[in-house]
Amino acid sequence: MSYLMIFIAAIFVNNIVLSQFLGICPFLGVSKKMSTAAGMGVAVMFVMTLSTIATYLAYHLLLVPNQLEFMITVVFILIIASLVQMVEIILKKVSPDLYQALGIFLPLITTNCAVLGIAILAAQKDYNLINSVCFALANAMGFTLAIILFAGLRERLDNAALPNAVKGAPIALITAGLLSMAFMGFTGIGH
Amino acid sequence: MDNQSLNNLTRGIIKENPTFVMLLGMCPTLGVTTSAANGLGMGLATLFVLMLSNLAISSVKSLIPDMVRIPCYIVIIASFVTVVELLMAAYLPGLHAKLGIFIPLIVVNCIILGRAEAFASKNNILQSLFDAIGMGLGFTLGLTSLGIVREILGSGSLFGWSFVGEGADTMLLFIMPPGAFLALAGLIMIFNKIRGVAK
Amino acid sequence: MSNTNRKVLSSTLGHMIIAMVCVAAFSGAILGFSYQITKAPIEEAKNARQAEAVLEVVPGEFDNNPFQDRIPIGHKGIELYPARQGSKITSIAVKSYSNNGFSGRIELIVGFLLDGTITGYTVIEQKETPGLGTKVTESKFSNQFKGMNPRSHGFKVKQDGGEIDAVTSATISSRAVIDAIKRAYKNYTRFSTMTDDEEKDNG
Repeated sequence: MSYLMIFIAAIFVNNIVLSQFLGICPFLGVSKKMSTAAGMGVAVMFVMTLSTIATYLAYHLLLVPNQLEFMITVVFILIIASLVQMVEIILKKVSPDLYQALGIFLPLITTNCAVLGIAILAAQKDYNLINSVCFALANAMGFTLAIILFAGLRERLDNAALPNAVKGAPIALITAGLLSMAFMGFTGIGH
Repeated sequence: MDNQSLNNLTRGIIKENPTFVMLLGMCPTLGVTTSAANGLGMGLATLFVLMLSNLAISSVKSLIPDMVRIPCYIVIIASFVTVVELLMAAYLPGLHAKLGIFIPLIVVNCIILGRAEAFASKNNILQSLFDAIGMGLGFTLGLTSLGIVREILGSGSLFGWSFVGEGADTMLLFIMPPGAFLALAGLIMIFNKIRGVAK
Repeated sequence: MSNTNRKVLSSTLGHMIIAMVCVAAFSGAILGFSYQITKAPIEEAKNARQAEAVLEVVPGEFDNNPFQDRIPIGHKGIELYPARQGSKITSIAVKSYSNNGFSGRIELIVGFLLDGTITGYTVIEQKETPGLGTKVTESKFSNQFKGMNPRSHGFKVKQDGGEIDAVTSATISSRAVIDAIKRAYKNYTRFSTMTDDEEKDNG
């Protein structure tokens, strides 16, 4: 598969949030304002790419040679959790500005199932290192696109007069449903 | 059973229902509920992990120093998830194939770490078990009812038992991704209405 | 009763290391144990599905277990399952795949009589759209192939000028099934000419 196809497929056709349902918690939770949504998106891009590299190395250098593939869940979540922690510490020291911008999102990312999900999927699909990185980066971009679009829609909905029954979670879900429907228009690209 | 135990047991089912009120564990909720059986299977798998992790964490809570609390909890939870995954692959291969990536992702289901942190690390073993059963059942209830709605509308069947003819036009949208969002939105509206009346 | 003033070990380095090591040891122990006891059943469950699919497509009488006598071909997961009556092969099932499914790989097992006539197929793995692409697994679509011989039929969907009725709104999935069947037939003929030569040598 060409790299361009990996990107198009992951961002539009099989969007990680809208058609694979990974990373729904931050998608619904951190999308009230466009600026925070963008921050979350960038933080996810950063962590997802790094963690996929780290888990790729652990999987192929540690788990596969020792036939410990069944420990994939335990090892991957530990790597991701410690990686997030490390990024937080390093960022605080090296670039306080960036830490100011992304710091509050980092702890949330450990329990973002998109990060663990993409790491496991890349291992299951038997991608090589470059393909894994592309796959992670492309999916993270898909996540960022989805959350920014969604936040844009929600900002406008703030001013809409809504019936009490749909206020809060229901209208957010309906909006996400419509966005997901719009993305279904991309299906079939690449065939 | 005294009042507090009863309260711990029932809180997760209605008042703090993880699916309809707290909106926790949304990824498997939306991702696997294309049929009632999938929803039930995922709910029960999560219930099982939640019971084991609440039991384990509440029994070792005083032995784990505060600073390494979260990593230890994550390792304990991940171990139980892997056990459930292996058992499922061995004895329920069909369900295992359908739930796919969402089984290992039980690890990052916010309900489990959330209950470990908010309840099991502060309460005794029996109460933690009650809490796990209540929350797990509430989650199972949410997933199963979403699965039922989506399966009836989308495939014209219930638990695999079809009640429309072959080739009938069902509302396919409901087993596709957008239908998951819309069906859940509808169910939450109904649930809010019922809770509002009960108050 | 909930004990509000909870006592925990203090966060000294020693305590932390001991706690983490204990947790890791406990985790390793239960994982290793459950891996050991589920290893055999997992392997069995994996095979059971394919063995079942082979028996579904192999027609007539045979006295061996085609799945156990399987012959792997190449590295891409193609396998042949010969059904034998005595020492004579009566029909052959072939595991084949197509990477052109709507959402990825489709794997199926096709049965062939010795003249190449298709006896049917069973899809063993697919990720197609529920309710649309998944219809390629249903009999309405799959029965079209029964009794056809890839030697005399072109095997195309009607949209491409052939004779197969594609599943409505799932032409891509339908094409992928045809692709997999063609791949199966190619490997089947390669195998059958191989054994023909052998028989001639022996005779």
